[in-house]
Parts: sequence; structure tokens; C-alpha cells
Amino acid sequence: MEPFRHLAALACPIARANIDTDQILPARFIRTPRSQSHAPMLFHDMRFDADGKPRRDFPLNRPQWAEAQIIVARRNFGAGSSRESAVYALADYGIRCVIAPSLGDIFASNAVNNGLLPARVAEAKAEELIAALEHGAAEVSIDLEAQTIRAGNHVMAFAIDPVWRMKLLNGWDDLDLTASFRAEIDTFAKRDAERRPWAAPAR
Amino acid sequence: MGEAPRSLFDKLWDAHAVVAREDGATLLWVDRHFIHEGSFHAFDQLKKKGAGVARADLTFGIADHYVPTRGRSAPIPDESIRHMVDQLTENSAANGIELFGLQDPRQGIVHVVGPEQGLTLPGLLIVCGDSHTSTHGAFGAYAFGIGASEVAHVLMTQTLWQKKPKPMRVKVEGRTAPGVGAKDIALSIIARIGADGAQGHAVEYAGAAVRALSMEGRLTLCNLSIEAGARCGMVAPDETTVTYLRGRPFAPKGEDFERAAADWLSLASDAEAEFDREVALDGAEIAPVVTWGVSPEDALPIDGVVPDPEHAPDPGKAAQIRDALAYMGLRPGQLLTEVRVDRVFIGSCTNSRIEDLRAAAAVLAGRTARVPGFVSPGSSLVKRQAEEEGLDRIFREAGLEWVESGCSMCVGINGDVVPPGERCASTTNRNFKGRQGPGARTHLMSPAMVAAAAVTGHLADVRPLIGTRA
Repeated sequence: MEPFRHLAALACPIARANIDTDQILPARFIRTPRSQSHAPMLFHDMRFDADGKPRRDFPLNRPQWAEAQIIVARRNFGAGSSRESAVYALADYGIRCVIAPSLGDIFASNAVNNGLLPARVAEAKAEELIAALEHGAAEVSIDLEAQTIRAGNHVMAFAIDPVWRMKLLNGWDDLDLTASFRAEIDTFAKRDAERRPWAAPAR
Repeated sequence: MGEAPRSLFDKLWDAHAVVAREDGATLLWVDRHFIHEGSFHAFDQLKKKGAGVARADLTFGIADHYVPTRGRSAPIPDESIRHMVDQLTENSAANGIELFGLQDPRQGIVHVVGPEQGLTLPGLLIVCGDSHTSTHGAFGAYAFGIGASEVAHVLMTQTLWQKKPKPMRVKVEGRTAPGVGAKDIALSIIARIGADGAQGHAVEYAGAAVRALSMEGRLTLCNLSIEAGARCGMVAPDETTVTYLRGRPFAPKGEDFERAAADWLSLASDAEAEFDREVALDGAEIAPVVTWGVSPEDALPIDGVVPDPEHAPDPGKAAQIRDALAYMGLRPGQLLTEVRVDRVFIGSCTNSRIEDLRAAAAVLAGRTARVPGFVSPGSSLVKRQAEEEGLDRIFREAGLEWVESGCSMCVGINGDVVPPGERCASTTNRNFKGRQGPGARTHLMSPAMVAAAAVTGHLADVRPLIGTRA
């Protein structure tokens, strides 16, 4: 995975709470294989009307935000279903960071596994950022090492789990890491089978 | 000197830690891995790497998300849906994974089948690429939903890296009234703490009202943990747990079972265990609950009114209410009991077990549904049991359709959808926009409350309907 250190990019405000993974990628699209771009399906029913035409009132459809690589939203972004396809849709569109006061745990974990930064800011700071973006601020710069977000005159700290931060900074893949503990896993499995014989399914 | 007091969750965590890194990341051993049609992304990742499945003996496949609920004897007509079920069959067979497939008499929803088969046991770490895996915590297991990359990691290594969530306890003391069940308790908790209220936490449910719940009720309660933002929720194993598991097909047998039961009962939180956060509810104060909006946190007692955005505490919340009311087609101040419904659905991993079906049937018996709807039992075995008890007849005589088991109208990807603009009283877990189909309007509630909505044609308090039978 590509390491994530700094990002300076256009940011799009979506001033809504509870944008769940069904809104990010509706369930009817989750059978799509990874080899196919998920970008056209991103926020599908928020972005397009029933006839498939772009909805004018959806921020990502505005020319100034169409090329955004950062999304700023209200609380509980990515709640709900564990579908990793929601992250594929964001990533395929070009989104590399989501900033919100709170984010769904499974979504955030999936995001990190795909090199996308889930950044938490205080509710008031998210509102400040949304207002700044809606009033003409465009570029936002993010420093993952320092855990800061800068947009014009606004500077704020963001929170991220330290384990996820290290993983993104180094571009680590869990599987490589796990492979180095092969012996420990085998030893554990052997001892555990003695300690908890009932844990194996009785067949 | 005694050891530091530990919570149920601490004990589960410690028992599965293979390696702990300095930064807190811990490699955990996985006891059970359930896969379903959606797991194809993970198998594709394995194929790309040329990797195999590490422990097929601990992996179980279940067809539930895309299975048809009608016409099972014929091939699935929609090619892309058929492909989803076929892919699971092929991936399971190619890797030696036991599959509860479409034609298996044990088929059903993964979160119903796991417990029913005794694959779900106290003390286990259970994962599945489905957010409602929190359900299995009802047995005192550490169970949580994972994404496709994590599914691939578990398939390849039987382990997963996690950081320890903070411990949280939700206590529900007192006794709930007749007509009030686990669904009402869960929605009341979510309404109180918010749909992100338990993010980053492992929730333990405790208190007299929780202890009084059957295993079915505890499964409903833990199922909805994710709707409060918690990846996992759990109830300490007790005699109710042990009694449920005795004799289940994959549970330990004979003396092994007795030894296991002794271990399981020792998992309960130590008296002095500390929690990062505590929430308390009085069971006696909980009324039947329905949702009015597009998040499970938008829940109110049935005798309430639709909220007014003008009275919201802040502009953000006001915007959220306005948006929800526009989607749901409701007006501020409207009585919830005035909201007419177009159809009903009883099913899903939240509320489709035998006790759920009995509760709905008790209300529907001798009455007629004013709106169409159907009942999809949580598993083919639940279906058979319900038929033996004559519940299918009650549903049919009331005018509801009795269909096969699967995720069905909870997520709509097998083709069971609510038409655009229609309003559905549903026993499911998510009232998200478009969840039951594009433009569908979902009101979440208990099976008994869905039955009440069916016979009255609007959102209704079930209590008077059961009162007359007392």
C-alpha cells in the first residue's frame, strides 16, 4: 500500500449526519467485482435522481467540488453495513480522506485497509470547516504525522487511532506483518486446543 | 494477591491474544469464521495471491443474502443473483469449507443458523463479513463484523489484528411490561445514546431485564449493538445460555459439554470490573418503540408524535430532522399512531426466530391484516418448527404470505423490495434511506408491533391488542 503522509487537495463539504454505507454505495451494487470501477456508483442515490441525472443540490455535482479528494461530513459517517465496496467507491472516485466528528468503526477500518484516511474532528470544528468550504475555501491540507488539518486561516487537530496512523504512514499491509508471526500463531493454536478443547466444532 | 478484576470482554480478549504489539495492536485468534455470498471479494483476493484457506474446519459457509424466498425448487431466474449464490458454492467446495447451501435443510440467515447449530458458543471469537455479527455476543462470545480485506486475512491466517475497544456497560434493571421486548429495549438504548453512541466500545448488556431475556431476546439485543455504533455487544453466559446449547449439533457432547459449561459460566465479569462508560435504563419505563426517521436513533415510544425541527437543539439536528421527514413523508407533530402503512415485513437476523414468530402470531391469531406483507423465518429449521406449531396457518389466515428463509426484504438484494414511496412496518434493523429498496420508507419495530400495524393498517400500540386476550 502507498504510504499516506501529506495530502493537499480540494475538499467537498457534505453537511449531513448519518451518511451510512447504504448511502455511500447502495446494496444493489455490492455484487460488482473489484476489477470494475466503483466510482460511478459512489453516493448513487444522493448524487443521481431516479432517471440517472445528476442532482444539482448534491455538493459533489457542483463544478467547484467535482474533483475533490477530501470529504467533510457531519457525525456518524460510514455507519451501518460492513461492505468494503463503500470504500472502493470512495477510493475509485479519488477520495483519499474523510473528515467527520465520528465514523463507523467497520467503515474506518476498511478505509485504512485501502489507504484512505478516516480523520475525526470535534463537532464544532467540523461545522467550522464545512462553513469555510461553503464560503469559498477550497484547498485543505492534511498532515498525518502532525495530525493537523489546515484550510485557509483555519487550523485544527484531528484524531486517529495510533495503530491506524502508523499503518497509513508506513503503507503497511497486515498480511506481511502477520506472516512474520507464523511460529507464534502455530504455538498459540496448539496450546489453545488443549486449554479450550470445547472450542472446536463437534462433528 | 488476587489478579486485577476483569470484565467478560477482558477475559475474551485475553484468551485470544496471540501477539500484542507495543502500540496496542494485537493479533487475535479466530475460532469461527462465517462466510456468505458477499465473501466473493475476499476469495478474489486469495486467488490473486495464489493463497489458500488456513483453517477450513473453522470456516462455515451459509447462503442467505441473495437467496430467493419463493420458488426454491427452480433455478434462480435472475442471472446475476444466481451467480452470487453459485460463487459461494464454488468457493466453499474449492476450499473444503462446509456449506449450508440453498437446498440444505439447515439453511437460513447466518446469525440465526450459527446459534441454532451450536456453532456459536460462549467464549469464542467469531467473525463474519457482515456488520450484524454482533448478534452472536448473546452467548458471551466476542463477535464482530469485518470488511472484505479482513475476511481475506482471516481466511489466510485464521487471525486478525485488532486494537482493544473500550469497555462499556449498558444496564437495564427492572421488569419490562407485557408487549415490550428486546427490540424495544435495544431501540430505546440507541435513541438514548445515538447511532454513534457506542463507537469504539465493546458493550456488555447487564441487569435484571437483560437476564430475564430468552436467548432469542438476547440475540435481538446484541444484533442491534452495531446500530448504536458498537462493533460488538455481549451478555454473560448463564443457565439460560447453557440450557439453549445442550444437544445442539455442533456443540460439545457429554462430559465435554459439562466441562465447557463450567468454563463458560466463569466468563462473567468480575464484581469489581471497571467500565469506561456506563448507561442505565429502567425496564419498567420502556414502552413499545417505533422509528420515524432514517437512522435507528430516530426512535420514539408509540404514544409519541413526529418531532418538529423547529424545536431541535441545534441547526445540524434540525436539518437532519427536516431531511428525514421529507424522505419519510411525515409532518412535525403528527401522532405516530396516525401514520398509515402500505405493507409489513417480519424477518431478518434481528427478529425472525421462533419466539419472534410466536409473538407476531399471538397478535394476528383470529385477526385479518389490512395491508399485504410476508413472513420470512430466520432459518429453514425455524420455518419447520413454526409449521409444527401451526404458526404458518395463523399468518396465512390473517392474509400474510409465508415464505422461505433468507435476508430478504431487510436488504432487498434477492429481489424482495418495498416499492418506491411505500411505507413498510418492518422487524428489521435499518431504516436507512433506500435500505428496503430505492425510495422505500421503513419503520422499525418489534414483531408484535408489526403485527399490530398489520391488523390496524397504521403504526399502533400492541398493548391493547394483547390486553384483550389476557
